[in-house]
Amino acid sequence: MSNRKINIAIIDYGAGNVKSVQFALERIGFSGVLTDDITTIEQADKVIFPGVGEARSAMQALKDKGLDTEIPNLKQDVLGICLGMQLMCDYSEEGGTEGMGIFPGKAKKFPVPLKIPHVGWNQISKLKTELFQQVNEASFGYFVHSFYVPLSEWTVAQTDYSFPFSAALAKDNFYGCQFHPEKSSLVGEQILRNFLAL
Amino acid sequence: MLTKRIIPCLDIKDGRTVKGTNFVSLKDAGDPVELARLYSEQGADELVFLDITATHDRRKTFAELVEKIAREISIPFTVGGGISTVEDVQVLLKAGADKVSVNTAAVKEPELIRTLAEKFGSQCIVLAIDANLVNSEWKVFTTGGRHATDINLFDWAKQGEALGAGEILFTAMTRDGTKDGFDLEANKRLSESLRIPIIASGGAGNMNHFTEVFQQANVDAALAASVFHYGAIGIQELKKELQRQKINVRI
Repeated sequence: MSNRKINIAIIDYGAGNVKSVQFALERIGFSGVLTDDITTIEQADKVIFPGVGEARSAMQALKDKGLDTEIPNLKQDVLGICLGMQLMCDYSEEGGTEGMGIFPGKAKKFPVPLKIPHVGWNQISKLKTELFQQVNEASFGYFVHSFYVPLSEWTVAQTDYSFPFSAALAKDNFYGCQFHPEKSSLVGEQILRNFLAL
Repeated sequence: MLTKRIIPCLDIKDGRTVKGTNFVSLKDAGDPVELARLYSEQGADELVFLDITATHDRRKTFAELVEKIAREISIPFTVGGGISTVEDVQVLLKAGADKVSVNTAAVKEPELIRTLAEKFGSQCIVLAIDANLVNSEWKVFTTGGRHATDINLFDWAKQGEALGAGEILFTAMTRDGTKDGFDLEANKRLSESLRIPIIASGGAGNMNHFTEVFQQANVDAALAASVFHYGAIGIQELKKELQRQKINVRI
């Protein structure tokens, strides 16, 4: 990545801690702008779609800003993180929420008797796509979530929490991470670098 | 497999760490950011910062510190100390904190937990509980452990879970600072009766105490302060020892 002037839009729709993503980009020498402006997002080279909070209210916030129809039409690379990734699926059991339908599949609640949220460091494996270049199999990512996306043909990384689920998804120009690369130490920084280099 | 977490806790007053440390490598042992970076490099899984500043402008100073930490540190961190309103939480999350811990204010007004969980999501609301054995019953204490209540620890933890807390940070006050080990019985009971993660705190003195609390009480994380600050236990060596004991840790 010779030029560090690529435009990165971090979609800010009032969902909790989005600054973490901005700070993580700064630590690896890039800068991203927090925005909910459709034109700014459309013109960005890369789009990061974070998400912390509850699915239904987050989806409503996207709808209020017209972003729910905008995001699926983006042509540049888009990375959804955590709830962001789940909202890019068809549906979430959390609040019975219709998603944006970018990734086929549903986010489901972790079953009893598992402790929820699934919080902490867990290993990501069966890594596919350029997103995980120079990332070792069984590297650790930081997770915090109560709903999961089952394995599918779009799964490009998986994690085990008594059963395997999707740690990352990819389809066309859309990527999603269930873990938080912005909080996953050196491994996370490598994944963010890889996304920006796609 | 999900790993057990090791969490150093830093007490903050007026933007500085309170207790001294034995890290000769630190240029400024009172700088929370520098200490946080060191712990992060050593393999700490998360950090907790508790603001014990009593003055009026505490919020602003702490929020500024939180932002500095968020800029520098690439692992998650929780902040707490005197949090009592939605606005308090908003300011700290906006500054870049990943989670907040609530304690006294939640005991006074349990609905606060629900309000915060609905607004910000359970995943960022940690219910911190200080408790002590009183006539052989675990009772909740507030205001930094200074004020006794008649509330039962296990009832309160259960209620906190039902109201939407995402994790419980349980400090056994009888153990705090003793270096006699975590309270295995109370931690085990909490861990078995709740479906949210339990962070054990209070009593860590040697590496075996961490092994015990993970193996016997089955908690999800263990928090300590002085054993890390004074270098009695290094985080890297602790994690290697835990791994030898067949406990899953991130190394």
